[in-house]
Parts: sequence; structure tokens; C-alpha cells
Amino acid sequence: MPVEIAAPKIEVRASTAPPPQTDAKAKVAVSDLNFFYGRTQALHNISIAIPERIVMAFIGPSGCGKSTFLRTLNRMNDVIPGTRVGGQVMIDDHDIYAPGTDVVELRRRVGMVFQKSNPFPKSIFDNVAYGLRINRLTSSSSELAGRVEQALKDAALWNEVKDRLKTSALSLSGGQQQRLCIARALAIRPEVLLMDEPASALDPIATSKIEELIFDLKKQYTIVIVTHNMQQAARVSDTTAFFLLGKLIEVNSTEKMFTAPNEKLTEDYITGRFG
Amino acid sequence: MTEYGYADRRRRATSAVMTTLTGLCTLLAVGALLVILSYIAWQGIGSLSWQFLIDRPRPVGEGGGIGNAIVGSLVLLLISSGFGLPLGICVGIYLSEIGRGRLGGVVRFIVDTLTGIPSIVTGVFVYAILVLPMKHFSAMAGGVALALIMIPIVARTTEEMLKLVPHSMREGALALGAPQWRVTLGVVVPAAAPGIATGAMLAIARVSGETAPLLFTAFGSRFFPESLNEPIASLTVQIYNYAISPYDEWHAQAWAATLVLMTLVLGINIIVRFLTRKRF
Repeated sequence: MPVEIAAPKIEVRASTAPPPQTDAKAKVAVSDLNFFYGRTQALHNISIAIPERIVMAFIGPSGCGKSTFLRTLNRMNDVIPGTRVGGQVMIDDHDIYAPGTDVVELRRRVGMVFQKSNPFPKSIFDNVAYGLRINRLTSSSSELAGRVEQALKDAALWNEVKDRLKTSALSLSGGQQQRLCIARALAIRPEVLLMDEPASALDPIATSKIEELIFDLKKQYTIVIVTHNMQQAARVSDTTAFFLLGKLIEVNSTEKMFTAPNEKLTEDYITGRFG
Repeated sequence: MTEYGYADRRRRATSAVMTTLTGLCTLLAVGALLVILSYIAWQGIGSLSWQFLIDRPRPVGEGGGIGNAIVGSLVLLLISSGFGLPLGICVGIYLSEIGRGRLGGVVRFIVDTLTGIPSIVTGVFVYAILVLPMKHFSAMAGGVALALIMIPIVARTTEEMLKLVPHSMREGALALGAPQWRVTLGVVVPAAAPGIATGAMLAIARVSGETAPLLFTAFGSRFFPESLNEPIASLTVQIYNYAISPYDEWHAQAWAATLVLMTLVLGINIIVRFLTRKRF
């Protein structure tokens, strides 16, 4: 995906402001991250700290690199040929790009929900059980069933599907499928949950269900959510990061971000002057 | 009535001519097929009997049948499917899931070239590498020759079917901590399974009509098969031998055998249709 932006000519520079001080320990600490698709540089010197058990929202215009950045946090970009990463991503003081890192183990700890729901053509139960089975996280079938039930409850889907766990996941509605994908990610109890525009294809009712869900989930998980919808960012997140043209412009508490941002560019974007 | 201008009348006339032309071509093609099918049925039905289906060939004037050839054809299909389907499917998986770089391109080119090799060349090749060293024709050699024809067909259809599985599904599985091989075997291949089965059936239908590669490998036999290590009869070779014989009785039997072979291929094609329909 080459980065192309039809935005007005704006001088962009990376933010020099330090990330906001929080009491919580940084779960994810990124320093000087650069990312390339072939020769195109998609991310420039990103440094950011994501504290534990909060919701952080990434906002910015299309093609600004927020999804790309999200995907560097569980090395999902590894599967795209011709990509290159420089810099450091520390999760719990371990550099995930260090040689010898177990990518499979990393992705078990850093779960991901995609923009388009992508259930497997299997039963509802088997979809949620997939991650548990391949990682051998349960020792008995009753434990497996319990974990699946808990994940479906956490994703606020249990009551709608409990009587038809054996039916195809593809028979669910779009909103249900997306909550199923969230349940699937939650089943393996990741420490960090990455959400790439999880509600962009959903109607307002399904969206509000997912937003409520995110609000509940932050008690247990560190959540990073990419969104195009600024109202959504304002509703669900504690901290917001603003990206533009592959650079991180500003990170601030969501409240401050939407009322009195530090950077002029952030204010211009949020008030709809471009993007 | 509306008045039409010159350009409008011209357009309508062109349209009418072209519609008629395509319709005529379709009629001609379908008509030829129908003539072939009905002619075979008309010629073949006379010699068809239960005895004909279960007996083995007898000398001229004593009747006989094609039971051994039916069994032989099925044995050959089993051997060729046993080798050809797993190999072809594995190559298809490699092309779609693993070999994305230069090597994948080379393999794809080789597979495409293999598809285009005339089947008699495959027969001669197997004759040279299996029949000559073993010093006799065998069912095994015939099965291998048919398998060689199947592999590229199965490989390419498998590759195409796997490529239809959305990339997001692979990413979903990877994001749950699944290693590549489990993504491929546990998610991607099952998702494409109906399509892969269709490709396999088409390959089986294709080789069930092959004669040339069997002439120097399975050779043919007038008896029911007793081992895979000896020559074996097949419908196609039997038809060939009877058709070039000088006896009217054998000609009639060749027609009947053709009808049986055609029904077999038709049956496989109907199964393919059934599988394809289930998918959509």
C-alpha cells in the first residue's frame, strides 16, 4: 500500500513533545520506528509509549500510517513481501524485532481484530476455540468449552449464539461476525488487543455494542484502536494519538486532544480544516 | 410508431445479425455434441447387456464382454488418483501459499508446460523409465502415466482455488498465534476444499478418457486383473483394439464399450456439478 494523501500542502514535522506522563507502566514502548513498503517510507521516527490497561485511539486521515503502525505491534506486516522495519518496539521490556523473537508467541500475547470481520468457515464454537486449540491452552474439553463461553460472554455475543454454537459462523450478521472475531481474539487472553477500525463496516447499533465492549475490556486489556471516526475516539479512548503523513504529530489525553490540543495541525484536523 | 433514424436502424440491424450468428454457432456446436452422443447411444445400446458388463472378452462368435476392462479402468483411476491427487494438491499449495518468489514462478511455468505435453509423450516416457527396466507392462506403469497427466491439472486448479480464499482469513489465523503450516492446513485448505475436490474430479474425468499413454504402459489384457504388476485392461484400449479389428461383432462391442465409458465420464461430470453447486 503506497502512501498517497490528497491533503493540502502542510509542513509536517514529528512531534518533539514527550509522551504524556502517566503513573501506569508502559506496556508497549516504541522508539524511532521507521517502516518501508519497498522504497516508500510509510512511518517516520515514531516514538510512543502505551500504558497498561488503557484504551489508546489512533486517528488521522486515510493513508497516514496508523493501520501500518498498528500492524507493526504484532509483526503482522511480516507477511507482506518487501516490507522493512527499523527502530525498536518493546513490549514488557522485550524488543519484539530482536532476532530470535518467537512471532507466534508474540501474536498470542498481542491479539488483533481486523477492519473487515474474517471468521473462518467453521462453526461458531470452532472459531472461538481455534486459538485455544492451536496454542494448546486448555487441557480438557470442558475447560475448552468454558473458555469459549467466557470469551463469547466477554464479547457480548453469548446470549445471541448460545443455542447454535455448532452452526456456521458465516450465518451470523455482520455485527455478530465482528463480535465473534473479538471473542476469538479474547479467547486466548492476549495482554494487548489491537483493533483496526473494528466498527467501520457496522451499523450504529452494532457499533455502540462494540464501543461498550471496548469500555468494559480495558479493565483487563491494553487496547489500541484505529478509527476514522473522531466521535468514536472521543467516546472510547483515554489517550489519543494523531498521525499525519506517516508521522506521529501528537499524543495526549483524549479530553485534552479534543478540547485544547498542543499542536496546530491536530487542531486543524479535528476541527475539520483538512483530512 | 416511433420514427427511427438511419444510425438507429443500422444499430438494430447489426444487433439482429450478430444475435442470429452467435445463436447459429451455438446450435452448431451443441448439435454436433448431441449427434455424437445419440449416435454412440444408438450404435452401442444393441450390444449392451448385463452379461456384456460382467464377462471378459471371448474369441469372435462367442460373445464376451468388457467386465475386465471396467475393473481395469477403475483400478487405473485408483492408482493414478493415489499418486496424482496428493502430489498435485501439494504442488498447488506450494504455488499458492509458499512459492511466491522467483522459484514459484519457475514451478508454475513448468506445471503449465506439463499441462501442454501430449499424452502419448507421457506414455513413451513411462515406457522408458518403468516398463523397460521392469521388462513387462503393468497396471502400475499405466497408473503412473495417468498420474503424470493429472498432476499439473490438479496443481493449477488447487492453486486457483486457494488464491480465492481471502487474505484476511490467513491474517486472522496468523493473528491468533497460528504458525504458517497450521494456517494453511487448518484454515485455508478446508475453506477451498469444495473447489479442490472439483479440480480433482475434473482431472479424473480427463484421464479416464486417455488411451495413448496406456498403450505402452498398461498395454491391455483379456483377463480380469490379478496383480498390479501385470498388464491390465482398460475401456479405452479395449475400444481401440476392437475398433481396429476386422470383425463386425467386435465393432459392435466397441460401440457398447464407448457408451459405457461415456456414461462413466458423464457420471463424474455430474458429481463435479453437484459439488460446485454446493459451494454457491
